[in-house]
Amino acid sequence: MTQPSHLAGALRRRHYPLSAWPWRALAYAATTLPVAGVLAVAWSVVVAPLLLVVSALRRDRPVDVPALAVLAALALAALAVAPLAVAPVAAVERWRLGLVDSRPLPGPLRRGPIGRFTAAAWREVAYCAWLATVVPLAYGTFGLLVLLDVALVAGPWLTGGGERIVLVWDTVDSPAGAVPYAVAGVLAAPLLAYLAGPLVAGQAAVARWLLDGAPDAAALREVTRSRARLMGAYEAERRRIERDVHDGAQPRLTSLTLQLGLARLDVPDDSPAAPPLDAAHEQAKELMVTLRGIVQGIRPRQLTELGLAGAVGDLAARSVVPVTVRADLSRPAPELVETTAWYVVSEALGNVARHAGATRAQVRLAHTGRRLVVEVEDDGRGGADPDRGTGLTGLADRVAAVDGRLLLASPPGGPTILRVELPCRP
Amino acid sequence: MPSVTRVVLAEDEVLLREGLVGLLTRFGFAVAAAVGSAPALVDAVRTHRPDLVVTDIRMPPEHRDDGLRAAVTLRAESPDLAVVVLSQHVQSGYAAALLDSGDGRRVGYLLKDRVADVAEFADTLRRVAAGGTAVDPDVVRHLLRRPRDPLDTLSRREREVLGLVAEGHSNGAIAARLHVTEAAVGKHVGNILAKLDLPPDDDTNRRVLAVLAYLRAGG
Repeated sequence: MTQPSHLAGALRRRHYPLSAWPWRALAYAATTLPVAGVLAVAWSVVVAPLLLVVSALRRDRPVDVPALAVLAALALAALAVAPLAVAPVAAVERWRLGLVDSRPLPGPLRRGPIGRFTAAAWREVAYCAWLATVVPLAYGTFGLLVLLDVALVAGPWLTGGGERIVLVWDTVDSPAGAVPYAVAGVLAAPLLAYLAGPLVAGQAAVARWLLDGAPDAAALREVTRSRARLMGAYEAERRRIERDVHDGAQPRLTSLTLQLGLARLDVPDDSPAAPPLDAAHEQAKELMVTLRGIVQGIRPRQLTELGLAGAVGDLAARSVVPVTVRADLSRPAPELVETTAWYVVSEALGNVARHAGATRAQVRLAHTGRRLVVEVEDDGRGGADPDRGTGLTGLADRVAAVDGRLLLASPPGGPTILRVELPCRP
Repeated sequence: MPSVTRVVLAEDEVLLREGLVGLLTRFGFAVAAAVGSAPALVDAVRTHRPDLVVTDIRMPPEHRDDGLRAAVTLRAESPDLAVVVLSQHVQSGYAAALLDSGDGRRVGYLLKDRVADVAEFADTLRRVAAGGTAVDPDVVRHLLRRPRDPLDTLSRREREVLGLVAEGHSNGAIAARLHVTEAAVGKHVGNILAKLDLPPDDDTNRRVLAVLAYLRAGG
């Protein structure tokens, strides 16, 4: 089983109490205190005007306007420079978050002092404000609960001198009377210790949310979509060129070659026109072969004529290794998705032939939900490594360009399974 | 021997269609109709009842394998109709689809490039119209290249002979091409059929069909 990457994940595991995670949570909580303390002092500058007004109202005195003005100016100045001031704190906090969350957390891009005034920086300010106010309150509440529990457990000793003490809602005056409370206190201790986990995990989640400097998900999605659109336009353009050559240039060239061939028939072999006509005929034939190669390179013809399942079947028929194809395609996929799927199979079967040492391979095509799933499995020696230039990196890029996923399982000794999932947006 | 072979031609590119009409006429075929789409081909064949159909694979309306599908339909309607399809590129699946229509005789699958060698092309059309089978040399080569255990037992010369047999050549024609005696070719063919576990047979077409059926089995 994989190790959890963060505290919230670890909390759901049965072995949580025995793992390192409670100690990591404790370390995080302990280091929170000094940071929160410093920030609380800084925060008091910002709330000072408010405190002044409140205190004046409570004592029924008029508000000291000049003092308020000075304090307000100070508070506003502090807020204005806050995005700059909190940067080091945010850096420390990101590092500290690593104690309970090993997932990467990028900071915002730094673009000089002016460039600091971004949404991400204001989120850092919000984080600091939260750390200076809400977190101490929560820690304080939790601390009170712990103190109460300690008092419950210590009850029998505290009442030893015949003193009356108040435990929660009851008043006891003898050690015997305090014992049930002490038992409850002992039982509650592990519960409290456990409760600390979710509390710290919650704090970490908020920290992660506010300190995440990466471009937000919506922007990223838009970039991905625009990349897919570009790829789609590019693909449409290739298809247009291929169609123009196939429907325009190729038949005309064939026709020209045919005419040259017919003309040659009526020219006697000893005519001076015969050799140049022969040469022209030969060159036209060679040009036909060249042009065919070019068209094939622009876009696989089989895909246009046979559809995905047929074109993949054709690839399988061409493979050196025997390949079986199971295509369960109830509906056509977008053109770009089909082209990508075709390239995936083409490249994968090429790898199987070149590297795997396989005796057979299987290709599976199916729609799963709104995705087209392509699987290529072989019984070769496995150990396929994207870093060793097996074309997998290029394949992964191609798949990523249409927002798809590429998964590879290739243990040494095989078998190798390549799975590619391509989203089919309408 | 029927007097003239009547042909219906289907090719969507006008220039090439006219060129092909010229070629067919030049070599003594009678062109009953020359059309530019798959539905028009089906109509023309039903109207003119030709001996031979020559059609492009990719044609309107869908610009996919319309021509091939029309050919398969027509073969199903009249199994005696000879059909030669022209493809822009090697596509073994097409050859198989065509060979599976009817009894596998009177069919041809050629690359479009072959029309450039006008005399040879006309010769192939005649062979198919006369009941033969013709598969493009490139397709045959492609099929032969695939590693298949029984074929591994063939010598290079035997593979060469098998390729020519699959293209529809007679023993005499093969002998002329390879510059050997006809008896030597006969011996090679006998060896091939024995090695491929096919019963020897004098009938050229049955021999071709057996070889093609064998090639197809792996496809």
